[in-house]
Amino acid sequence: MGKYKMHILICSGAGCRASASELIQNKFELVLKAKGLENEVQVVTTACFGFCEKGPIVKILPDNTFYIEVKPEDAEEIIEEHIIKGRQVSRLLYAATINKEVVSNAQNSGLHKKQIRVALRNCGFIDPENIEEYIARDGYSALGKCFEMLPQTVVDVIKESGLRGRGGGGFPTGLKWEIASKYKADQKYVVCNADEGDPGAFMDRSILEGDPHSVLEAMAICAYSIGADQGIIYVRAEYPLAIERLKVAINQARQYGLLGNDILGSGFNFDVEMRYGAGAFVCGEETALIYSMEGLRGEPTIKPPFPTESGYKGKPTNVNNVETFANIPVIINKGAKWFSSIGTEKSKGTKVFALAGNINNVGLIEVPMGTTLREVIYEIGGGIKDGKKFKAVQTGGPSGGCLTEKHLDTPIDFDNLLAAGSMMGSGGMIVMDEDDCMVSMAKFYIEFSVEESCGKCTPCRIGNKRLYEILDKITKGEGTLNDLDLLRNLSGVIKDTSLCGLGQTSPNPVLSTLDNFYDEYIAHIVDHKCPAGRFKALLQYAINPELCVGCTLCAKNCPVNCISGERKKAHVIDFEKCIKCGACMDACKFNAISIQ
Amino acid sequence: MAKIKLGKDKLDKLIEICKSFNNESSELINVLHQTQKNFGYIPAEVQEVIARELNVSVAHVYGVVTFYSFFTMVPKGEFPISVCMGTACYVRGSDKVLEEFIKQLKVPVGQLTEDGKFSISCLRCVGACGLAPVVTIGERTYGRVAVGDVADILKEYQG
Repeated sequence: MGKYKMHILICSGAGCRASASELIQNKFELVLKAKGLENEVQVVTTACFGFCEKGPIVKILPDNTFYIEVKPEDAEEIIEEHIIKGRQVSRLLYAATINKEVVSNAQNSGLHKKQIRVALRNCGFIDPENIEEYIARDGYSALGKCFEMLPQTVVDVIKESGLRGRGGGGFPTGLKWEIASKYKADQKYVVCNADEGDPGAFMDRSILEGDPHSVLEAMAICAYSIGADQGIIYVRAEYPLAIERLKVAINQARQYGLLGNDILGSGFNFDVEMRYGAGAFVCGEETALIYSMEGLRGEPTIKPPFPTESGYKGKPTNVNNVETFANIPVIINKGAKWFSSIGTEKSKGTKVFALAGNINNVGLIEVPMGTTLREVIYEIGGGIKDGKKFKAVQTGGPSGGCLTEKHLDTPIDFDNLLAAGSMMGSGGMIVMDEDDCMVSMAKFYIEFSVEESCGKCTPCRIGNKRLYEILDKITKGEGTLNDLDLLRNLSGVIKDTSLCGLGQTSPNPVLSTLDNFYDEYIAHIVDHKCPAGRFKALLQYAINPELCVGCTLCAKNCPVNCISGERKKAHVIDFEKCIKCGACMDACKFNAISIQ
Repeated sequence: MAKIKLGKDKLDKLIEICKSFNNESSELINVLHQTQKNFGYIPAEVQEVIARELNVSVAHVYGVVTFYSFFTMVPKGEFPISVCMGTACYVRGSDKVLEEFIKQLKVPVGQLTEDGKFSISCLRCVGACGLAPVVTIGERTYGRVAVGDVADILKEYQG
């Protein structure tokens, strides 16, 4: 970024691209050219700034102003006012939802306070399709540093840092590397697990789109330390932009001699190829992932043997997740001590979360381990949408559980979340408000597990299906109190007897909602009511006699003729016949019909 | 094996795809990705050709095709509609949006409308959770879709 006086950074992450950030880029370039500024101001496309809710985002450097919800037609004004006259365009600045304080500087917003960016250090700062920008920010220097150390020393540094796998399990990364390094074989593999299947989680996608070289560099470091020379990235086919950026990055790294034979004159050879997933959640499990890479159905097998002993093509294979890899170069550069000074006793460093659901600032955040849920939701996330009441936050996706108000002050780390009946998972954090039905959430996740179960072992294949049927019954108002015991027992059996992590954790959403929201289950079963009004079968339409003027419009629109009443007198709905289509409510001009 | 009824140009293309992966059975998933990219879907007879070329059983190919949700054995519409059913979209009401598409087009998920114009499918998270609920039609993405928007969106394509 040398000769230019100013830079206009435009987010081109998947979220902002969907809101036409490409058109915005073109427009900025056109206007700059028209004003003869193209040699002084550079337009750079970067990846996710983490503020997806208000996208597309445009950031101006050096003064670090960020504009939200920018449209192509705003380009002219931003350039005319900000770039030329040096005045911020206040209508496009972000006004914090809580105190309405206008925030212009990215560093000062609540969103960025409390955050420490390690894995996301380059996301939103560099052009991911330009290797020189990565190198300018210390890129590939960690790899160079490693060549001056013995492979075992590199493993020791990672061990000492206390880094644990960010894909969900939390296995110590250094230990995994050490095990892989101990096995002797003619060929070993380093695999990057980029099969981010957790619905509502997009951390890995953002890293791959925003900083692909950090993953490549880390894979090379891992390969050097365990004695591998081939890397494979297994990435979801649903992430076309991430695939594209990875391909560009791999080619550039090869051109610069950072992949291939005799890297940096060290005599170390390493290259990376890509494999594509095809939409199977279970392939995030490492043995299933390896089968999928071999062109087979992704069905997990019993461990041991672990992939570190016998993995891809029967050779020792070290599988790490994208975010885990993204931490590696920083640990090498800044040292294990620095890394382990961040976080809690047993969970070191930071964690990236994808904040989504009914929260004001949907987006990507990175906080030190030990940050509380309250800080994440209220200070960074800006609180609940439309001023509603917080009800629960779901972490760990289909394998995790719901955390409630009483957990708000729990410091987030691997062990605390497990103790609270949820889990860290890969980092999806879905916030729910008072209008969300928890029985419905449990059913949603079980439906997911039913669809995604590979079908190999019986408890998971059939057990989850039964759980789903019971939950479906309850949401239709046909459940009994016995069903609640059955849900609990069956969940226990599935957890204890399933083969892989998917089955062993799939009943968690049911158990944690039973623990924390037992009342809601009771309401569905005993009172035949859904407190959140989610289920049609449990709704009742009613006419307020005080508001009804007897215009007969509702009766005329009712497809089953269940509304009766004389003209100019209040009408009544026959609940027995009503099919709950809502036609009467749509037709009523006096707001006299409501759902109970 | 049943007689293959595929046209010659399609057959040649398939053989070419398999060959580009050295007819290796471990490349099956890559072969299927390329096939679906070219043909739009992977019907039974196409699977038979792939099985023959890679020297594996048709059952093996069928097993893989049906295991992965990305692969489909039925063709998609001219304008394939996908409603995101990821958690973030779900809590913001994507199930209601899906219902509305089904109601308006009168086809269930996974099937084509009579004129072949539309097909509806669900997908898991496109990663644009800030825009939830998200609907994609072909390459276009629609964010913050409300039930009331469905008719207007469809009108764009019905012209």
